[in-house]
Amino acid sequence: MGPFIEVVLGGLLAGVLYSLVALGFVLIFKASGVFNFAQGAMVLFAALSLVRLMSGELSAVHYWGAAAVLGVAVGYVLLLFWRRARPAAAPGRGASWGLIGVFGLIGAALAALHGTAGWSGWVAIPATAAIMGLLAVAIERLVLRPLVNQEPIILFMATIGITFFIDGFGQTIWGSEIYTLDLGIPKDPMFLLESVFEGGILVNKLDIFAAAIAGVLVAVLAVFFQKTRIGRALRAVADDHQAAQSVGIPLNQIWIIVWTVAGFVALVAGIVWGSALGVQFSIALVALKALPVLILGGFTSVPGAIIGGLIIGMGEKLAEVYLGPVLGGGIENWFAYMLALIVLLFRPQGLFGERIIERI
Amino acid sequence: MQRTRPVGDVLLKVDDITLSFGGVQALSGVSFDIRKHEIRAIIGPNGAGKSSMLNVINGFYHPQQGQITFKGQTRKQMRPHEAAAQGIARTFQNIALFRGMSTLDNIMTGRLLKMRSNFLFQLAWTGPAEQEETRHREFVEHIIDFLEIQSIRKTPVGQLPYGLQKRVELGRALAAEPELLLLDEPMAGMNVEEKEDMCRFILDVNDEFGTTIALIEHDMGVVMDLSDRVVVLDYGRKIADGTPDHVRGEQKVIDAYLGVSH
Ligand SMILES: Nc1ncnc2c1ncn2[C@@H]1O[C@H](COP(=O)(O)OP(=O)(O)OP(=O)(O)O)[C@@H](O)[C@H]1O
Ligand SMILES: [Mg+2]
Repeated sequence: MGPFIEVVLGGLLAGVLYSLVALGFVLIFKASGVFNFAQGAMVLFAALSLVRLMSGELSAVHYWGAAAVLGVAVGYVLLLFWRRARPAAAPGRGASWGLIGVFGLIGAALAALHGTAGWSGWVAIPATAAIMGLLAVAIERLVLRPLVNQEPIILFMATIGITFFIDGFGQTIWGSEIYTLDLGIPKDPMFLLESVFEGGILVNKLDIFAAAIAGVLVAVLAVFFQKTRIGRALRAVADDHQAAQSVGIPLNQIWIIVWTVAGFVALVAGIVWGSALGVQFSIALVALKALPVLILGGFTSVPGAIIGGLIIGMGEKLAEVYLGPVLGGGIENWFAYMLALIVLLFRPQGLFGERIIERI
Repeated sequence: MQRTRPVGDVLLKVDDITLSFGGVQALSGVSFDIRKHEIRAIIGPNGAGKSSMLNVINGFYHPQQGQITFKGQTRKQMRPHEAAAQGIARTFQNIALFRGMSTLDNIMTGRLLKMRSNFLFQLAWTGPAEQEETRHREFVEHIIDFLEIQSIRKTPVGQLPYGLQKRVELGRALAAEPELLLLDEPMAGMNVEEKEDMCRFILDVNDEFGTTIALIEHDMGVVMDLSDRVVVLDYGRKIADGTPDHVRGEQKVIDAYLGVSH
């Protein structure tokens, strides 16, 4: 029994990573109907930004730039709060931009004072988050807005373009080697339930940590979606674009928000993945594993993405261990896709997706 | 019709609106105004451009030519969320509800623009945010009572029959406390009883809240009963404008409805 549970547990924990990537896909797909091929590239980009900002191997310009982006983001968020809290006293358009600019300068100046030593995670993570936000703004402005009302396939093609851009751009500014990400997350193996099974169950602390982070992230997203004004607006947009606009929800802002949130999710996935395997190009290929997860879970279901990821992760490991000796090795590489194909045959909408009813 | 609030000044004025989609001329040089507190019907045969007109007013379509003046502010086009922020709410010809949400949540989205609370407070779900939520909930419950849909408060709207969905959609529009309410065929596909209910609601909204209403409707009886003034469109052009009685007598209108060739 012990080894079996060990395999299942190991699979589930690997599945958490698939879930995280799939979650980013679902968020964007729900809110904008865009299948974002770039989600994997975003994971890589986030991980790269983070690991390199922490490295202390970059030129001063990198640090100034990243700090300026962080400053701008902080300024922007503060202004948002100001606007909400005291709309009358809040500065006008021009003054707002000025203020945001000042925050950017302060950020850059602080970075200049700090020199080119690597940043601690406490600064580098928010900075990376800010960079992901900036990326979202750029994508909305340069890609989504000009292509509004185009066919989904065109938007999909556009995201393929974004993928190549982000991959290339990320490696150009951050470097393209394999980097070790060390945020101080414990990595050693440990034994669980030693009193129940002989020898207990062997798990990696990092995996447990990853599962915990994923759990927290999902909980935060759930509260965000269910309880906040923005969450309600996001759900509305996901259900019906026109109706959402008619009640006063600005689509463009919502797109920026979801792409930013998807960027944060990518960052979390990048942290976990990068800590486990090192930050390298293969992270971007993880996106391909998210595809069967999405087919399994349904493109529009957040719980589906989570459970789909867990099923695929667990299924893969079980197949590898128990079917592998019979069918020959390497099952892990294709099992997910086969499972997805079978699901497609019987439930095209996925296990949790909305039933597609075509009215004629 | 006796009303508590007399028709007032011009609230919305559209001027020389021209809108085309490729080769299709949906609207050509249409001008008319809507006055405060009135019920203004827009009628015309299928494809006349009625829905397009509403879409121009709330910013879904941007006319190639012409101007829109709302509350004294003139502009060439609106953007939908700006129109909403200015006080224009609407319903759709093909019901556009948030299908995954309950009746209550659908109507609550209508109040999004009125919610001010900081979202960190909302995350924490405390103090001011909670009070605010309660206030909006009360308002929404009031609308639910008004529209007599208490029994379906928690039902996902996707499961509701057509007539009730239309009612929920009206509720969502009312939740925004609009100054101008645009209704695109609110009674299409309803049975007689449902139509009577809907007529009553529209009159009550107009009377109790003083809401100005622009209404597209095919049922002539309804139009005659409800509206103060009627605009008649045909092939994207305005062919008549005036009181129901006046419009009904116009030869052009009779021709348009009888399908006399142009
Ligand atoms: N988004 C669009 N793209 C292309 N053509 C459009 C679009 N919207 C409307 N049209 C065209 O504009 C014309 C007017 O359409 P509109 O929907 O405004 O008519 P209507 O008076 O509301 O008709 P109905 O009574 O059938 O609802 C039609 O010829 C229609 O095909
Ligand atoms: Mg129409």
